[in-house]
Amino acid sequence: MSLSRRNILAGAAATGALPLSLARAQAANTIRIGVMTDMSGTYRDNTGPTSVAAAREAAAEFGASHGFRVEVIEADHQNRPDVGVNLARQWYDQGMDLILDVPTSSVGLAVSGVAREKNKSYICVGSATADMTGAQCSPNTIHWAYDTFMLARSTGGATVRAGGDTWFFITADYAFGHALERDTANFVRSAGGRILGQVRTPFPGTTDFSAFLLQAQASRAKVIGFANAGADTQNCVKQAAEFGLTRRGIKLASLLLFVNDVHGMGLQVAQGLVCTESFYWDMNDKTRAWTERMLRRVPTNYPNMIHAGCYSGALHFLKTVAAMGVPAAKASGLDVVNRMKAQPSDDDLFGKATIRADGRRLIPSYLFEVKTPAESTKPWDYYKLLQTTAAEEAFRPIGEGGCSLVRS
Amino acid sequence: MDEIFGIPTPLLFGQLLLGLINGAFYAMLSLGLAVIFGLLNIINFTHGAQFMMGAFVAWMLLNYLGIGYWWALILSPLLVGLTGVILERTMICQLYKMDHLYGMLLTFGLSLILEGVFRNQYGSSGMPYRIPPELSGAWDLGFMFMPVYRGWVVVFALFACITTWLVIEKTRLGAYLRAATENAPLVQAFGVNVPRMITLTYGAGVALAALAGVLAAPIYSVNPQMGTNLIIVVFAVVVIGGMGSILGSVLTGFGLGIVEGLTKVFYPEASATVIFIIMVIVLLARPAGLFGRA
Repeated sequence: MSLSRRNILAGAAATGALPLSLARAQAANTIRIGVMTDMSGTYRDNTGPTSVAAAREAAAEFGASHGFRVEVIEADHQNRPDVGVNLARQWYDQGMDLILDVPTSSVGLAVSGVAREKNKSYICVGSATADMTGAQCSPNTIHWAYDTFMLARSTGGATVRAGGDTWFFITADYAFGHALERDTANFVRSAGGRILGQVRTPFPGTTDFSAFLLQAQASRAKVIGFANAGADTQNCVKQAAEFGLTRRGIKLASLLLFVNDVHGMGLQVAQGLVCTESFYWDMNDKTRAWTERMLRRVPTNYPNMIHAGCYSGALHFLKTVAAMGVPAAKASGLDVVNRMKAQPSDDDLFGKATIRADGRRLIPSYLFEVKTPAESTKPWDYYKLLQTTAAEEAFRPIGEGGCSLVRS
Repeated sequence: MDEIFGIPTPLLFGQLLLGLINGAFYAMLSLGLAVIFGLLNIINFTHGAQFMMGAFVAWMLLNYLGIGYWWALILSPLLVGLTGVILERTMICQLYKMDHLYGMLLTFGLSLILEGVFRNQYGSSGMPYRIPPELSGAWDLGFMFMPVYRGWVVVFALFACITTWLVIEKTRLGAYLRAATENAPLVQAFGVNVPRMITLTYGAGVALAALAGVLAAPIYSVNPQMGTNLIIVVFAVVVIGGMGSILGSVLTGFGLGIVEGLTKVFYPEASATVIFIIMVIVLLARPAGLFGRA
């Protein structure tokens, strides 16, 4: 072959194209999981880097023996729906196969809409609103670890049974707070209780809740329900103790409280609170072993039900993709979600669990009481189990949510 | 009379008192900002991060060295003030001859970095910091339970504000400071070391922020965002009071705390915005602020 200009050019073009075609072949054989979460705001410890670590742990355990690569990518949505929607569009357009986590219900609902529009999969773990599988349900979305109805039934129900029949709500003024307040209020009313009032607090940005607590006290309600989360709940509980509300016999119902919040408040302040989670790290040998593996990835933050959900969701997704093949999984998010619904998920943390037509995954919920400092014997030893609600009982009955996927 | 505008009187009194307590924080923070702006002409966006650092240093002193609240009240402002001095000497001093915008960019960037570092190290859930035993408990005022610690915050903040005001308005050092604000070269010509005075003023402003941080630690959760949430309101307070006006920032701080408290009773949803509405009105009517000189 003579060294003509044409040959050199052709050779150069071929060398250039080689890595490109290799990259394409790799992309076609790589399943991408995007963990969209709060990396910098108030929900960072409840979701954030530990959610990402949980997805990575799932990918690592799933292994490379299934004929495709798994890539876990992370991004911060700053708790803003506009940022979340843009990111979701960009991710799905660039070949993301699954979006995972997404705390903050307003962002979670928006991302669910994008997943449906792009025919991709979305496993919602961090967002709490029960509307995710109710009025705003989507065939491309599964709600994985908990929702506002579960919290309302467990924590709310237990509080009413213990004699707390008049309520005042301090509610974070956005989708999540409204849903949690609504679901809890329904429970209180149906159990014969009364709602004496509520106050909607700006989110984010409220740090001093004393004024709202004083209004709650003035209403003479027996129970103050905190329909908020993260630092908001912590500040509420701290300040309620400071203003002597608990000493006057008023009960506090922290409707969404994570083990990380208890850590942030300290047992001195948090002791005696009741809360509901669907996972606790110290439940059995399997959860403890998993937590140990997680602590190697994120040494300072113990996992809660959202982190466990991210692990379990990613694992079930990967198993489904392996069963149906990568090309079929990439072709339609709807097919993947339908396959995920058809077979029960099964892992060390939650055991076997079925997923309903409306996207609701059914798992037991646990009512915990926060230990006193004297009862706590090791690091992060914070909960004692009060009561378990069976998977079939824990969530809103499928016919009552108003989901269009459910034939009545 | 049991009710005013349909609100029970005890609730109203309670809110007024709470407004005063929040106002104490606004006043202390805006005072530091006003002092720094008055002398250095720098809009110190790092103030929120320095407030947060004050709380964190108190937490660290307790957890790493076993040093309690009372010593933290002295040590934390000194340590954080020292970081302010270093910051001024190494970075901010380069910007005096440039446009305001550069100072804003530098201090804003620094605050993002500081918050990021603390978030990375300590997470966002916050750290528990207990009220010192001497100040725990509460007084029953009839219309509300008044925690002893909150009372202490108001008294101490008032003390700190009045002391700062007296130092600036009534002492020889304060006279030098005020003179240097008007005409630095002339004051220097009289043999006063103006650059050192500027450095120490910045350090003092930062120390005030840290002091407020220590006061806030037992009330709010000690977390990296605690400054971000407050600082925007505090800037509004400074603008309403008049940039650089010391008395203005203190009075406006307390006043706006009360206005915010009342909004929480009448229309809670607007409690985060009411201060900005007032800011717009004040800027339209008196662009230099309520106590500023045009």
